[in-house]
Amino acid sequence: MLDRIQKAQNLCRAACKQLARQINIMEVCGTHTVSIFRNGIRATLPKELKLLSGPGCPVCVTEQGYIDIVLQLADRDDCLIATYGDMIRVPGKNSSLERKQSKANVKVVLSSEDALQLAKDNPEKTVVFVAVGFETTAPSTAVVVKEAAQQDVDNFCILSGHKLVTPAMRALLSAKNDKIDAFLCPGHVSVIIGYGAFAEIVEDFNRPCVVAGFGPLQIMEGLGEICRQLASGKAELKSMYDAVVTKEGNIAAQKIVAECFDAADGYWRGLGKIDKSTLKLKEKYSRFDAFTRFKINETPSEEKTGCRCGEVLCGLIEPPECGLFDKNCTPQEPVGPCMVSSEGACAAWFKYGRERAH
Amino acid sequence: MTEAKNDRILLAHGGGGQLTDDLIRRHILPSLNNEILSELGDSAKLNVASKSLCFTTDSYVVKPLFFNGGDIGKLAVCGTINDLAVAGSRPVALSLSLIIEDGFEFKLLDRILASIGETARENNVNIITGDTKTVEAGAADGIFINTAGIGVKLTGADMGFDKIAAGDKIIINGTIGDHGMTIISQREDIKFQSQMQSDCAPLAGLTCELLENTNGIKFMRDPTRGGLAASLNEISRTSRLSIEIREVDIPIKPVVQAAADMLGFDVLTIANEGKFIAIVSPESVDDCLRICKNHPLGKQAKVIGEVCRSSDVPLVELITQIGGKRIVQMPYGRELPRIC
Repeated sequence: MLDRIQKAQNLCRAACKQLARQINIMEVCGTHTVSIFRNGIRATLPKELKLLSGPGCPVCVTEQGYIDIVLQLADRDDCLIATYGDMIRVPGKNSSLERKQSKANVKVVLSSEDALQLAKDNPEKTVVFVAVGFETTAPSTAVVVKEAAQQDVDNFCILSGHKLVTPAMRALLSAKNDKIDAFLCPGHVSVIIGYGAFAEIVEDFNRPCVVAGFGPLQIMEGLGEICRQLASGKAELKSMYDAVVTKEGNIAAQKIVAECFDAADGYWRGLGKIDKSTLKLKEKYSRFDAFTRFKINETPSEEKTGCRCGEVLCGLIEPPECGLFDKNCTPQEPVGPCMVSSEGACAAWFKYGRERAH
Repeated sequence: MTEAKNDRILLAHGGGGQLTDDLIRRHILPSLNNEILSELGDSAKLNVASKSLCFTTDSYVVKPLFFNGGDIGKLAVCGTINDLAVAGSRPVALSLSLIIEDGFEFKLLDRILASIGETARENNVNIITGDTKTVEAGAADGIFINTAGIGVKLTGADMGFDKIAAGDKIIINGTIGDHGMTIISQREDIKFQSQMQSDCAPLAGLTCELLENTNGIKFMRDPTRGGLAASLNEISRTSRLSIEIREVDIPIKPVVQAAADMLGFDVLTIANEGKFIAIVSPESVDDCLRICKNHPLGKQAKVIGEVCRSSDVPLVELITQIGGKRIVQMPYGRELPRIC
């Protein structure tokens, strides 16, 4: 393993020497961010090579307005909120789901199936499933929506906060302050959408897109490949995660998502409104759409004063540059979502790199 | 109806009358009996010929009550024995307090008591005093247990944070994370099957052997809640020395690592119930490892790192398998399952 790592390091060093400037590579996925920190990868890279953490943590990119809607629903006596664990500590305007959990109408679930079961077990309540995540979790939401329709589980609905990765990557590269040289593309998302989905980024923006797995060796080799491309001056699409990623992806998963959802314009924390970047339930499933059922609209809400999660998510600043980091904002008392989620960039910095940053 | 009631603990079993007496004589004494306990006095009389004793207490609220590799009873005995063991003492006696919920099945209580009795006997530790209380259904999640323990300080044991010095080696007696991951996988209704098993075990046999046959052991600790990360950080902060551990040398079962990765946990922060960390002088490392490897609970013992001089802030750092370096923080509380 060590010789392969050395080879990758050599490619990184060669690129830095040849380009003689700072190279910025964004890892899009939160799991990559955590693995990079946990494995101490930054310390093994040349100084000129900078890794930027991207908008790949579903909790982090979820807009404040959406969280406030969830908290409002949690206050209703006729509702039961079913949420993945990461969401419960995200602070809203005045509270968080965790603080409301004592009211017993917030339940942490580990799968969308558990949420549907909760609805079956509690026929007197409307179960609202907090459906967040990228292309990876959207298929399992789609599955339970179809099941709910087939079985007429009328007290079940979802609040879709599902998001799509490639529109966000396009938005980042279209921004004025873009400084991203290449993307280390997410492994899990690629399993579903196929690495072919990133071809448009390579073609339209001429940036290398390399899919990698999550082990330290796989990440290093992904970075090595990106550097090789940068040095050669030719951006390519490449998957280094052949064990599970194909060019086409998981067709069955794509089909069921397409059957249940339409791509819609939507809001991202830090990135604002992005065209066709979120998933909205199709008209025929509207009875399971919490937005329709409770007649609510997602409108962007103001972020907390001083919180710079938005800039962190766009790779514009590193977490220690935020004035709240490690002062008012810690994993125990998080202000922004990037400190809440175990996959958030701020939490990873705090946990694995804090003293080094000082 | 009456028969069904007889299968279960009633609030009245804690009332101090005939039912309490039945509970003690029919269920508790048969499992735990020994001369001191059977006197059923208000206090146990204990003859210990030592000037230096160790005394500890711990409460057990584990959920589920029965798990792969153990149960709340075994845990309540091992946990307290281990606290005495790593303090450099040989455990001699325990107390046992049970807080049982109305409606708790006698069948389960008997299993727990049998497990307590068996674990105590295997370790030559008597349960010499105890108490039983009952509470309303729903007030104690089945059963809560408290044990306190007394141990006789070993004459050779001279340990403390102040003894730790740069250059000392850190030994662990086997794989980490087994207990915590087993409990998490059985508690959170996570539907994956695995061969994971808690490492719940009494360490006093091995620690006493080490302390009696070597003289370079500076400090010991059992990395329970908060795992290796919490124990090493505590050692580093208190001794004002840095610690460097090597990822490739830390024993972790592949199934435990895989489960932790899947659920988004760092194995370094996961609880153990049959492990100790020993900080030992470089000269005594070989002796310690030899003794460990000849003991069933130390077969996979390894040196996982060293204590180092600290330039500024004392840090615990991990040399990763690819040669990178990162900080091992004091775990900050509850970890949450991943969602993508």
